[in-house]
Amino acid sequence: MTKPSLPFVDLSINTDLVRRILVDFIRTEITRAGFKRAVVGVSGGVDSALVCFLTAEALGPENVLALRMPYKTSSPESLEHARLVIERTGVQSRTVDITPMVDAYLERYAPDADRVRRGNVMARMRMLVLYDHSASFGGLVVGTGNKTEILLGYTTLYGDAAYALNPIGDLYKTQVWQLAEAVGVPEVIVKKAPSADLWVGQTDEGELGFSYRLADQILYRLVDERYTPEEVVAQGFPEEVVRAVVERMRRNHYKRIMPPIAKLSHRTVGYDFLYLRDWGTG
Amino acid sequence: MAFTLALVQFQTRLGDVMTNLERHLAWIRQAKDRGADVVAFPELSLTGYIVQDLVPAVACKPLQDDPVFGPLLEASKQVDLVVGFVEEDRRSRFFNSVAYLSQGEVVHVHRKVYLPTYGMFDEGRFFAWGDRVAAFDTRFGRFGLLICEDFWHVSPPYLLWLDGADVMLFPMASPGRGIVPAEERLGTARWVETVVQAYAGLFTVFAAFINRVGFEDGIHFWGGSAVYGPDGARLTQAPYHQEALVLQEVDLRALHRARARLPLLRDERTSLFQRELARILEQRGLPKAPPRV
Repeated sequence: MTKPSLPFVDLSINTDLVRRILVDFIRTEITRAGFKRAVVGVSGGVDSALVCFLTAEALGPENVLALRMPYKTSSPESLEHARLVIERTGVQSRTVDITPMVDAYLERYAPDADRVRRGNVMARMRMLVLYDHSASFGGLVVGTGNKTEILLGYTTLYGDAAYALNPIGDLYKTQVWQLAEAVGVPEVIVKKAPSADLWVGQTDEGELGFSYRLADQILYRLVDERYTPEEVVAQGFPEEVVRAVVERMRRNHYKRIMPPIAKLSHRTVGYDFLYLRDWGTG
Repeated sequence: MAFTLALVQFQTRLGDVMTNLERHLAWIRQAKDRGADVVAFPELSLTGYIVQDLVPAVACKPLQDDPVFGPLLEASKQVDLVVGFVEEDRRSRFFNSVAYLSQGEVVHVHRKVYLPTYGMFDEGRFFAWGDRVAAFDTRFGRFGLLICEDFWHVSPPYLLWLDGADVMLFPMASPGRGIVPAEERLGTARWVETVVQAYAGLFTVFAAFINRVGFEDGIHFWGGSAVYGPDGARLTQAPYHQEALVLQEVDLRALHRARARLPLLRDERTSLFQRELARILEQRGLPKAPPRV
């Protein structure tokens, strides 16, 4: 619970405006790369539901492949919610049970792996399935990470953090909820507790130790408004949460940037070889 | 004197000057068919905005024998043009420039004097700094050109005003941003529109911004190009987020009426301004930017 006395900033967005920009973004950036189709991993959660709706709007549902990739411990509710998204958007779909692939590895090579390692293996197996379908379906992988989880580093490197483009990575979780509602994502998906669903009973907020609403308020001040952590605490936000947010942001920065290349020559990729990805297109 | 001003907002192909030239020529034909006398394009309209290491590869010279400017100068025999490009000077310094072309001649080139190099912007890394702000005469009256960040500073439009510009054209490439607080427009759109409208009213001139559309990677340009009159009223505006050509008749007789009503230009105390500016710079030692030549 957050104290009502906290000076909450209204993070609401103009959903018509943002929807227009994001749909244009998906269409423009996929077509200029020489594609007209997309692949989206649909988990049953609100982030991937929103991305599936936006991508279907941008490219037409017939050009979107939604992949459901359950593991044996995944909640049946997630699979059902993903089905709802596929039904409402009218996109093409396929269900790939990742259990045999994940278990083949874990049972033989990592029987003692803890749940975080197991979760990472699942996330990376899903990446593998998405990218293989990217090739077979002829569509780019559209990412589903939001700004809150990217900043907190609540993501698996080369797992769910792997994609060709990401329409919602500059929207905080609370803004994702608002936009999802506006584009017609079923309420049951928007209202449920967020979960990576990597083990039974996992919830994001339980694992992080604070609510997304609170995290978004703190992140907005630190990142968008450039307040110092001390100033945020002085505004009444719990110090332990502010510290945890700052530390997560710092510690996980490696997940947000390309890995460093040791510089030896006069011109090195990543430092002084500077071109946009859209070079020569448009 | 009245003329028809056309503003063109379109998507460029990043780093592909010849394709962008073709797009210019197509828009120019369309504008000409619809009665335009002057056709204005956005900042870096021939190259795309985030050119980075492409700068030396896309640079050109506003000369008759240049493969890019040759066809544009030919087109300018039909209709006056404002185009954005990477300019290479004789000593291979690269500028973010706009050129005014008319009757087959280069009438004026403005080199961007404020290169944003902060936040998401990195222009100072790739471009040389322009060092001149001047109005110039066209067959339709005295004009002034500024590029994007130039008019986020108040002094360049003020200088153009004193130099006699009655029509100020501001080509730009404004990355859209600012979704909180939730408003009808993006934060950047609100700010640009407010500022350009204020210049039109404060200087009793015609002022227009020409903003591109489309994407470069995740960066989105919002369009909304607009013309404001000397009473500060908005005369026309292109739609947001989509390619468009809009036309506006600019009747310079409106200047007569606006300045009869509101003699801000007559009453502007330039000597007082000059004296006080000299005193302030002398006494207060304001931070001086490094010399830009």
